Amino acid sequence: MKAFTYERAASAPDAAARAASTPGAKFIAGGTNLLDLMKLEIETPGHLIDVNGLGFDRIEKTDDGGLRIGALVSNTDLAADMTVRRHYGVLSRALLAGASGQLRNKATTAGNLLQRTRCPYFYDTNQPCNKRTPGAGCAAIGGVARQLAVIGTSDACIATHPSDMAVAMRALDATVETITPRGETRAIPIADFHRLPGETPHIETALAAGELITAVTLPKPVGGRHVYEKVRDRASYAFALVSVAAIVHKNGAGRVAVGGVAHKPWRSEAAEAQLPDGARAVASRLLADARPAPDNAFKIPLVERTLAAILDETRAA
Amino acid sequence: MPPPPNLDLSRRGVLATGAATAAVAAAPAGAAQGKPAMTADPAPLPVSLEVNGKVRDLSPDARTTLLDALREHLHLTGTKKGCDHGQCGACTVLVNGVRINSCLTLAVMHQGDKVTTIEGLGAPDALHPMQAAFIRHDGYQCGYCTPGQICSAVATLDEIKRGVPSHVSASLTDKPRATNLEMRERMSGNICRCGAYSNIAEAMAEIAGDAG
Repeated sequence: MKAFTYERAASAPDAAARAASTPGAKFIAGGTNLLDLMKLEIETPGHLIDVNGLGFDRIEKTDDGGLRIGALVSNTDLAADMTVRRHYGVLSRALLAGASGQLRNKATTAGNLLQRTRCPYFYDTNQPCNKRTPGAGCAAIGGVARQLAVIGTSDACIATHPSDMAVAMRALDATVETITPRGETRAIPIADFHRLPGETPHIETALAAGELITAVTLPKPVGGRHVYEKVRDRASYAFALVSVAAIVHKNGAGRVAVGGVAHKPWRSEAAEAQLPDGARAVASRLLADARPAPDNAFKIPLVERTLAAILDETRAA
Repeated sequence: MPPPPNLDLSRRGVLATGAATAAVAAAPAGAAQGKPAMTADPAPLPVSLEVNGKVRDLSPDARTTLLDALREHLHLTGTKKGCDHGQCGACTVLVNGVRINSCLTLAVMHQGDKVTTIEGLGAPDALHPMQAAFIRHDGYQCGYCTPGQICSAVATLDEIKRGVPSHVSASLTDKPRATNLEMRERMSGNICRCGAYSNIAEAMAEIAGDAG
């Protein structure tokens, strides 16, 4: 690990200002992804700002009947919160499908959104990667792409976003609340929070330099049956090949967001409008622009079949 | 157990020399161009933690993980380093009552925290019930993952008792039960290369049965 200096943040505005004004600074909260990458020297921050003492560790009802989840709430505490279990079940299910018990105890809500891709070429520092070194090229394109993206890709990057939680939050229309280095607050819809790779795959979110996530808010509960189905190579503790977050109502309408296929959670309101027509109608519309590689083309029928299984399950219930 | 003498000097000296030799042999000429070979070490940072009931004051380099602080600074070598990347669970300890991977957290991030390692759970003449159950059910072979397995097992039963649901819980709102399926899912962050999983689950079932 490269040497760095360390400070404990005194307040959120101070942390954001310090992060913006200190070259090479990064926030650290749970640290489960950042420290892994620092050991591999893929992340090499010169300064760490520990935000754990800032008190963003509560889950509270909002005035409009929704929920405000503090940025520092652990994945375990969020999954186990009784309001989330009762009214936002897709979020509990997504969280519980991710990582291990130990990691969920440390991983935070904001950190989960900000985790980096698990593309094997991003992790292999002997291979070129436009995320690690902008302009270096992408060894994943033409390489072993089984885990990688099939839609929203670019000539610079075919990485996926690894989060399960973010897929459920996309289905729930969450909003990311931040504080900027100038002390202003901002609310970013989750749909706009993660970016597609384009020509700048190293820029992964809408956050500006130093901007700090303080909370994620959910609108009031929408009802319906909540399902998160994750397909992976092991029964537990593995990243998704494909995952589907679905909220299905009695009349057949609902919402669908898909993980494991793109650089961000993948959802299309036009596609999910076809839910009453079945999984094939939704999936073919949702993935119409897919450009898979030969060894990840299986993800396209897998999304359809996973959604079909969910629709069978919700109809049977 | 008293710490072995000169542990830092003897083991670290050998490791540092070995690593430097390997780096020289493996690095192609010019591979490190544009990157300084070494950066100045930042000042050590004071941190005070309560480990197994005792307050311990340390001044580690900021890079020191909680795992390395326990093993190399406090000579509590019961906690093991397996992968050092949060994948194997050998480094599992309890911090403020919940299990975490001690390899993926910095010691300086734990000011005032209460850390329990395998040494704090039990001792050879006063075993924790879970340790005794692992022995009765032969829940290990080589033993390297065992301290992490036991810390994780103790925390797992506590999570079930507190009603934390899991991926395999049929209902999100019913109280989870300590079934074999639940324990297997919840222990998936602890790898056992010897494959003692079935016996570990039996040891846990015995303790869960006693508690429930």
